[in-house]
Amino acid sequence: MAAIELRNVVKTFGPITAVDGLDLNVPEGICLGLLGPNGAGKSTTMRLLTGQAIADSGELRVLGYELPAEAKTARWQMGVVPQLDNLDVDVTVEDNLAIFARLYRVPDVAAAIDKALDIARLQERRHDAVDQLSGGMRRRLLLARGLVHEPRLILLDEPTVGLDPQIRTELWTLIGDLKARGTTILMSTHYIEEAERLADEVAVMHQGKIISRGRPVELIDEHAGRQTAEVYGPPDRLAETRAEAESQGLSVRPAGPAIAIVGSERGDGVIPDDAVVRAASLEDVFVLLTGEEAD
Amino acid sequence: MEAATPAQQPMTPAPRRLRRLEAAAIAGVMSREVANFRTYWKGTTFSSVMEPLVYLLAFGLGLSATLVDEVDGVPYIEFVGTGMVATAVIFSSALPAMFGTFVKHRFQNTYDAILAAPVDVEELVSAEMLWIGARSGTYGCVPLLVTIAFGLDPAWGMLLTPLFCFVTALGFAGFGVAMAATVAKIDQFNYVTALFVTPLFLVAGTFFPIDGLPEGVQVVAQFNPLHQLVELVRGGAFGFEWEDLLRFAFLAAFAAVTWRVAIRQMHKRLID
Repeated sequence: MAAIELRNVVKTFGPITAVDGLDLNVPEGICLGLLGPNGAGKSTTMRLLTGQAIADSGELRVLGYELPAEAKTARWQMGVVPQLDNLDVDVTVEDNLAIFARLYRVPDVAAAIDKALDIARLQERRHDAVDQLSGGMRRRLLLARGLVHEPRLILLDEPTVGLDPQIRTELWTLIGDLKARGTTILMSTHYIEEAERLADEVAVMHQGKIISRGRPVELIDEHAGRQTAEVYGPPDRLAETRAEAESQGLSVRPAGPAIAIVGSERGDGVIPDDAVVRAASLEDVFVLLTGEEAD
Repeated sequence: MEAATPAQQPMTPAPRRLRRLEAAAIAGVMSREVANFRTYWKGTTFSSVMEPLVYLLAFGLGLSATLVDEVDGVPYIEFVGTGMVATAVIFSSALPAMFGTFVKHRFQNTYDAILAAPVDVEELVSAEMLWIGARSGTYGCVPLLVTIAFGLDPAWGMLLTPLFCFVTALGFAGFGVAMAATVAKIDQFNYVTALFVTPLFLVAGTFFPIDGLPEGVQVVAQFNPLHQLVELVRGGAFGFEWEDLLRFAFLAAFAAVTWRVAIRQMHKRLID
């Protein structure tokens, strides 16, 4: 059984179509990265999966439960880590977890709290109010809160957005541990590195649809080839190189002050000798498919 | 960190479908309120005691010494003191429901977190109303206790005061939640306060009997839940009448109606 099955799901907000005929199947036990630029429909998809948004049309099943009718039962076995920090800041770490353990009808609240504190490495701060924690600790607590009932499926909505690199790495370790324990994870992100590092499979979402999906290496191979050449120089030279590369059917995208020629191994004499050649990346795929600059 | 294990199973096996209005969900939401209340109960309790005390000193002692000695055969300080119960109830139910709900929804994103758990809007609103009702039912009794300290004779009927306050507070909590789900900006509560809360508070019969008001206003006052509460509290203190059953039924109906309206409005606001 798939943990998540969406078929032809549409969700509009007035004139805006946030999710546009979305098909998504997430098998149990994998980490799927939902990668897309801002406004691609990732957060709306997450809200549809928790029943906090109702689809205009289409079929949604989560852990075998039909949504929205059985959303509450599905949520019982699902954990959600939101993009925004919505912890109770005046309340202690322990109480934040206890509240959610009760909401999830966990029979042994004390044991569940202990376990979640271990996962988040917050045992020593359990009696502190949340507003005394650092930003990284708060994110770890959010993660622990989503895991307090040991869910079969966890939804991570932009889990590291706005965090500094050190905290991001800490969270990646925690999410990696979760993966190793076999929890099914759907993680929306617009950070390429995050998807590359954590996701077994990546689905690239753009304008409310999945436009490509596969293991990161497969996506790179399919869309970007083996190598990307970055060419630096004055604008005239970049324009000339770009025109030549495009005339050979190669994809070219801006890359900061340079241009990146994707699939450069197929270029016939078009790559300048001083170009920086590197392995093609998921970022190349992302920019080629969505036309958006990656974070 | 634990070693890798096979796919996790939930700690509790789920039935096919959870029911509506589950006690566990409501208790869970209320436990959040209790946990937060533990961080600010001192200030709330202080103001709940001080406010009726100040009102009783200002209106009760001040006016009874200079202008009014008795109303309907009741010493004015006892008349005001019993009426102040209604004031305590509306200010500890409607206002926290309005502002608290708005802040939790718009600024703290608390409801997004709760609704990501196995809780629905009906349970969320019911829990919020029950918590406010319980709190207000308790604090609503404080003016009565203060008035007893000022000389009001205790009566068995007063034991029903927490129940009267609880039911009325449920109604005003529902009203407040519905308003919070309806207004676009927090400043719009000024309209709600000026158009509803203040008139209800003034035409409740707390400071003066409403039978001195123009006939039209007297009729309107009969639909004021606070007036019915004032009459019930005074009934508990000075003797019930059979009409008090109707008053209680009116308050229960008020709570039931605002409960459903609050759920409908919150559903519109919280579920896209």
